[in-house]
Amino acid sequence: MSITVAVTGMNARADNPGPGLAIARCLKESATSTRVVGLGYEALDPALYHRGFVDRGYLLPYPSHGEDALLARIIELHEREKFEVLIPCLDAEMQSFARLAPTLLGMGIRTFVPNSHQLALRSKDRLPELAKEIGVASPKTQAIYQANFFHNCKTEDWQYPLMVKGLFYDAKMAYNADEAVAAFHRIAGEWGVPVLAQSWIGGEEINLAGVGDGEGGLAGAVMMKKRALTDKGKGWAGISIHDEELLAAAHRFCAVTKWRGGLELEMLRDTQGGLHLIEINPRFPAWIYLSAGVGCNLPELLVRLALGQKLLPTAPTPAGVLFIRYAEEAIVSLADFENITVWGETLRTEGAFA
Amino acid sequence: MKNIATKNPWVAPVIVRHSSSGMNKFGGVRDAQFRDEIAGVSIAELVEKYGSPLFVLSEEHLRQSVRRINRAFTTRYAKVRQAWSYKTNYINAVSAILHQEGCDAEVVSEFEYDKARRLGVPASRIFFNGPYKSRGALTKAVSEGARIHVDHLDELALLEEVAAELNILNFPITIRLNFDTGFAENWGRFGFNLENGQAMEAARRIAASPNLKLTGLHNHIGTFITDPRAYTAQVGIMINFMNNVEAATDCTITTLDIGGGFASRNAMQGVYLPPEQITPTAEQYAEAICGALAIGLKDREQNGKPLPELVLETGRAVVDEAEWLISSVVANKRLPTGQRAMVLDAGVNILFTAFWYNHEVRPARPVEGIPEDTVLYGPLCMNIDVVRQSVSLPPLKTGDLLSFWPVGAYNNTQWMQFIQLRPAVVMVRQNGQVDVVRRAETLDDVEEPENLPIDLQPDFS
Amino acid sequence: MKNILLATKRLALSESGFVFDPVSGQSFSVNDTGLVILRLAQHQDDIEQLTEQLLEQFDASSVEIKRDVQDFIHRLQGFLK
Repeated sequence: MSITVAVTGMNARADNPGPGLAIARCLKESATSTRVVGLGYEALDPALYHRGFVDRGYLLPYPSHGEDALLARIIELHEREKFEVLIPCLDAEMQSFARLAPTLLGMGIRTFVPNSHQLALRSKDRLPELAKEIGVASPKTQAIYQANFFHNCKTEDWQYPLMVKGLFYDAKMAYNADEAVAAFHRIAGEWGVPVLAQSWIGGEEINLAGVGDGEGGLAGAVMMKKRALTDKGKGWAGISIHDEELLAAAHRFCAVTKWRGGLELEMLRDTQGGLHLIEINPRFPAWIYLSAGVGCNLPELLVRLALGQKLLPTAPTPAGVLFIRYAEEAIVSLADFENITVWGETLRTEGAFA
Repeated sequence: MKNIATKNPWVAPVIVRHSSSGMNKFGGVRDAQFRDEIAGVSIAELVEKYGSPLFVLSEEHLRQSVRRINRAFTTRYAKVRQAWSYKTNYINAVSAILHQEGCDAEVVSEFEYDKARRLGVPASRIFFNGPYKSRGALTKAVSEGARIHVDHLDELALLEEVAAELNILNFPITIRLNFDTGFAENWGRFGFNLENGQAMEAARRIAASPNLKLTGLHNHIGTFITDPRAYTAQVGIMINFMNNVEAATDCTITTLDIGGGFASRNAMQGVYLPPEQITPTAEQYAEAICGALAIGLKDREQNGKPLPELVLETGRAVVDEAEWLISSVVANKRLPTGQRAMVLDAGVNILFTAFWYNHEVRPARPVEGIPEDTVLYGPLCMNIDVVRQSVSLPPLKTGDLLSFWPVGAYNNTQWMQFIQLRPAVVMVRQNGQVDVVRRAETLDDVEEPENLPIDLQPDFS
Repeated sequence: MKNILLATKRLALSESGFVFDPVSGQSFSVNDTGLVILRLAQHQDDIEQLTEQLLEQFDASSVEIKRDVQDFIHRLQGFLK
């Protein structure tokens, strides 16, 4: 039996990749034969052209163009491809898919995503509330609408350095008000307001990728410590770890929110050994292939949950397995590029340059 | 003749260069959709009959919108009053429909007060806000028994004088508060500050006056508030102050006016996500507000105090989505930068909200062709006259119609008569009939208040 | 004007409206009319005659066609220089 799974996040850029390609690769290594359809947003999204992992690529309308347009495009693609499961994995599209999930299910497309309420719970500007509920510390966080805040914030008990973060993407450490204001304007320009101010805590970041079963349980998890970063602060190499406290926090997070779907917990262990919740991403991270690497293929697990299949027992994942990310070039014919540009799909045969 | 019949229709040629991003033919789908009717009436026919540009209101949309907000709150709290924010759209037909739906009036100037009175609103159902009320305005409002919201100490002193002159004792008033909710920028310029003690000081002044008594608290946290938790915080702070002020000055608060600020489904400039994802529903606002009321007031009746009436001054969320602006393309241009531009017959003179929204723009007919990034200019001879800085539109011809939505809030009140006359506003009634609710202006309308001294009459003979 | 029409000869045109310039490495999308003009331009370096040929094919005034073609050629000039 073979299934068709649609995966978004095809923006596998070398310095800051979306998770789609790694998810596709995990699915290709799963026990079920899987046809992967990549759903991208830009003609130059590299994973759309990666024939090893992505069988066919299509473009979607940008999330900012609204759900009607997105749904119309998915209906059109579903008629051709008959998706069994769809895995969205970009922060900016999760809200749309959460709201569309019942409609998609009605069409026979299963998603395994958190609902709007669950998404709001882990929204970056609500982190302190959530951290309290799951019993971990978290840095002070405030939603900022005007850059002026950064000049006056010292009177409100803020100290530099602090983190300036976008609601969806982007984070910048600022050592003084001028840097913070510059970061505010850059991030607000790209992602809009509010922009978040977060107090900075020194320590070591550790990460956990997992799948919540939607009933309060954590169906599977893999933990990792980044060992090398790119210029943009993204993981370039990392090593699997086993941290009971981190795992316990993930279990509590799932129990409190009844989380459904992929997740990434970003936590920080401070110099005194205390654990702080920095961020919860409502989808798989780009390093998710490490899960297949340690024998706990989380995208495969998510597909099984989406299809209502019995879960395979997961063995404890070994610590000490590394991933090292590298870049390679996909060779793309002018015909394929024409197809994505003109028709929004790869591998079309008519009308192409011979 | 036969030859002509076989010719293809001419569509202007378009060439677009592929760049490293933004190359997505599905990217612009939202704006490429068309809208050829409003509330069942053809846009082309409306323009043919009433001209372009043209504002079009839908009675059905307006009534449904105010009813939904009303239902969301009345099912969650016992005493709710909606006061229609006149400044948002004070065309009589709009106000009248909202009064029919049970709304009071919320006015912020003597002009608006008179407008509401002339429409038949009893003074006791007018909430009189705003930082400037003249002695004459206050005398009128006090003697008629309007509900006055005091903005500052000088106004409080004036109000006391006015009430004394009229020999009125214990005239009930509301004070406007400002404070930090932690969610939105505090609008500290209006009302009395809570944190620095100004508000309590004002309450003591009122308690000491034989002519006035404090019965209401008002606050407006800001505009286009997309996080309902801001209201939870607001209500909590107001209830806390209510308890303090009642204990300190022996007054009884019967009204909590939480102002307006609910967002509409309009796309605020600089906000990344589409409005349907960030704009809370009426029910979500109601849940946040009434939830906070339930917690804050749970022991109030046991303590012998009445449940205060909740007053909403919702404007934008009531009317914004009930109105469209129809405009015509008057020219296609190519800017020196290569960007495509269109000149329209409607600009920021009548679409004032284009300064902060990216309105949805749709052609009035299905249009084939490659959508291209386009800047939409209005008809003013001014550089600032831009109604959309960047919108993906297919090729359009002069005379093609575009509809802008939502435009019901703040345009028919903030529009200006600068080098152009203001266009007609029509309303599609629930029965499908179309009524002109404000006719297009004429030169006479503009010149009527003028007086040309006789010796200045130019002579070109 | 003439030079730019000559330069169109190097463009690779696809039925889909996808256009590739092998000299600059840039690619473009054109609509149906744009494609017709580029096809004609590859065999015709006189703008007057090109307009005449379009007039035979399309139902529009020569003023309208001329104006639109000039606008198109100006765009092209920016891209193919």
